[in-house]
Amino acid sequence: MISFFEFFVRFLPDLLSGMGMTLLLTAEGVLAGFILGLAATLARTYGGKFWRNLAIAYIELFRGTPLLVQVFLLYYGLPGLGITLSREWSAFLALGLNSGAYQAEYLRGSILAIGEGQMLAARAIGMSKWKAVFYIILPQALRLAIPAWANEPVSLLKATSVVFLIAVPELMTRAKLIASRTYDPISSYLAVAVLYLVLVYLVDAAMKWLEQRTRLPGLSAVNESS
Amino acid sequence: MTDSPYILQAKNLTKIYGENVIFKDISLDVKKGETIVIIGPSGTGKSTLLRCLNLLTPVNSGQIFLEGEEITAHGVDHDQVRQKIGMVFQNFLLFNHLTALGNVMIGLTKVKKMPTEKAKQKALHELERVGLADRAHHYPAQLSGGQQQRVAIARALAMDPLVMLFDEPTSALDPELIGEVLGVMEQLAHEHMTMLVVTHEMGFAREVADRIIFMEKGRIVEQGSPEELFEHPQHARTREFLGKISELYGKKEKK
Amino acid sequence: MINQFFAYILQGTSVTVAVTLVALPLGLILGLLFALIYNYGGFWVSRFAAVYSLVMRGVPPIALLFILYFLLSGQMVNLSPFWAGSISLGIISSAYQMEILRGALQAVGEGQMIAARAIGMTRLQAIRYIIIPQAIRLAIPPWSNEASIVLKDSSLVYAIGVPEILRRAQQLSATTQQPFLAFGAAALIYFVLVFLVNRGLDLLAEKTKLPASMA
Ligand SMILES: Nc1ncnc2c1ncn2[C@@H]1O[C@H](COP(=O)(O)OP(=O)(O)OP(=O)(O)O)[C@@H](O)[C@H]1O
Ligand SMILES: [Mg+2]
Repeated sequence: MISFFEFFVRFLPDLLSGMGMTLLLTAEGVLAGFILGLAATLARTYGGKFWRNLAIAYIELFRGTPLLVQVFLLYYGLPGLGITLSREWSAFLALGLNSGAYQAEYLRGSILAIGEGQMLAARAIGMSKWKAVFYIILPQALRLAIPAWANEPVSLLKATSVVFLIAVPELMTRAKLIASRTYDPISSYLAVAVLYLVLVYLVDAAMKWLEQRTRLPGLSAVNESS
Repeated sequence: MTDSPYILQAKNLTKIYGENVIFKDISLDVKKGETIVIIGPSGTGKSTLLRCLNLLTPVNSGQIFLEGEEITAHGVDHDQVRQKIGMVFQNFLLFNHLTALGNVMIGLTKVKKMPTEKAKQKALHELERVGLADRAHHYPAQLSGGQQQRVAIARALAMDPLVMLFDEPTSALDPELIGEVLGVMEQLAHEHMTMLVVTHEMGFAREVADRIIFMEKGRIVEQGSPEELFEHPQHARTREFLGKISELYGKKEKK
Repeated sequence: MINQFFAYILQGTSVTVAVTLVALPLGLILGLLFALIYNYGGFWVSRFAAVYSLVMRGVPPIALLFILYFLLSGQMVNLSPFWAGSISLGIISSAYQMEILRGALQAVGEGQMIAARAIGMTRLQAIRYIIIPQAIRLAIPPWSNEASIVLKDSSLVYAIGVPEILRRAQQLSATTQQPFLAFGAAALIYFVLVFLVNRGLDLLAEKTKLPASMA
């Protein structure tokens, strides 16, 4: 145990140099995923037939295949079609597209929970469909989605680790380098695991705080229906 | 086994939750075949008393005897004791994943290790006793509240208990369903089943009880025959409570 | 040409399915064990289960996979990459399955336990005959989600050299110089597998559903 502690302290600076990339990918992925997910949900819920089907296809394809396969398809596969992306761009796009498909489902859940009634009431005072969506439905739905959505940053943070398989210089890649240098893979990956655990804990705490801050009295996904 | 005239005896039971003394020094003698009704305001400890009697909750001090044998003694098998004391709950608590028949059978097959075929015959017989043979294959969610409670009674009866405890068996029921459950209980009383019933149904108490116990704040304030209690209550508190209760529940009394 | 292409990757499919079929039941057994000791165990074992869950779910699966892999294929134990990878995935999944089962056990409610004890069942009998049969039904929908996650996570054992779908696709991409087709085919096969798992478990949920209340 003492030796692992020494190991951890000794290689901490090395590991920390990968943390920036991990956090950057997480933040970018959550943000891109939010925009994609919101667009996909709106298309699916309020769009015409074409947009609805496109959104469903996007969501199902990205939820129905492993993230690692998506990463490989973008990084190794696209050059086959004459499109070449850098490691970082491939990682960013794959994480954003993947997260978007999941975020779409959180948002859809809360839009469905708000129900037809709100739309009806908005249309009754003369709003157009899209006005009603932006002024009445979304302000409620986004709030309502927060508790379920709050899991997404943590799960994306963990998900970023797979991009070390295309050698993006993030935490896992650093751990792998340390492992090959020290011939002690178990300690190296344990050390990175500890670091992930701390990051996950911090992000989770931040999300809990966000949940508290945005809670509307008396409004929750459970009691607000029809 | 001592030759006791009492089937169930409680001596100086005390129950404490944390700082809260729920009841103190309660003693109770139940004769074979007797029907006792316990009444009293909410939060008085009636449910807790019943749960202590069949050892679902441990008492802090005091002794309980079943057929003269102390069941609060060390080394007594609680599961064995509970087989002999049937219990019916306010909210039925049927096993949701089993049919009416399955609910009545499971204690026989798993606890008494009775062969399936024999258990089924006995279970059907018990369902018949409560008038539900035709609902044997319905799941709890497919039964009305009154029917669920009758299945729960059959489930308890199937274990051939020495005593049956009822904790407000009709308070969760719609008024029109109360009668069918009380009917079954009345029939049991006529068959000389020993019963301890917590209820607010004064009609039932008056007609069926051999003895009524009025409990308040963890104490037995007064007890006696229905006539003694209803016609000549000794304590002001008893009078007051009976007045209130007939005001509240009087409308529902039938027969 | 396309036929051979698919045939080659399909050989990897049986490996992917095998990894999943080892990991998922292993995760279920361990998860159930942990859920039971969390809900019904004494203070310390229950604490232990809680910490296990928190730690295992707080670290990326790929990092855990590497730790467990190197533990399981080292000097003391020496398993093949297939077994080390499958068992590692099972251990990882156990923490997630524990949470699913724990929630389901709690949702069954204290009343069912009391009623079971009241007819003389022991605690173990009550858990076995009354609580678990109901909890399993409640757990099927979230569990079906976990099943497809394990299936998708099986792609991670690519990293330790198990010849599953993704590894095959990579080899194919190198020999044919058709990377998009190769990884596209892999994605398609995963998609079909995930679809089949979800459908199959939907059917199971439908079959084991209890009749709803009378209307
Ligand atoms: N498990 C428990 N832990 C702590 N306090 C409890 C527990 N169960 C019951 N109590 C307390 O014991 C007291 C008596 O409760 P009990 O349910 O026995 O009353 P009751 O006479 O049956 O009332 P009611 O008519 O409302 O059913 C109450 O004050 C209650 O809050
Ligand atoms: Mg009560």
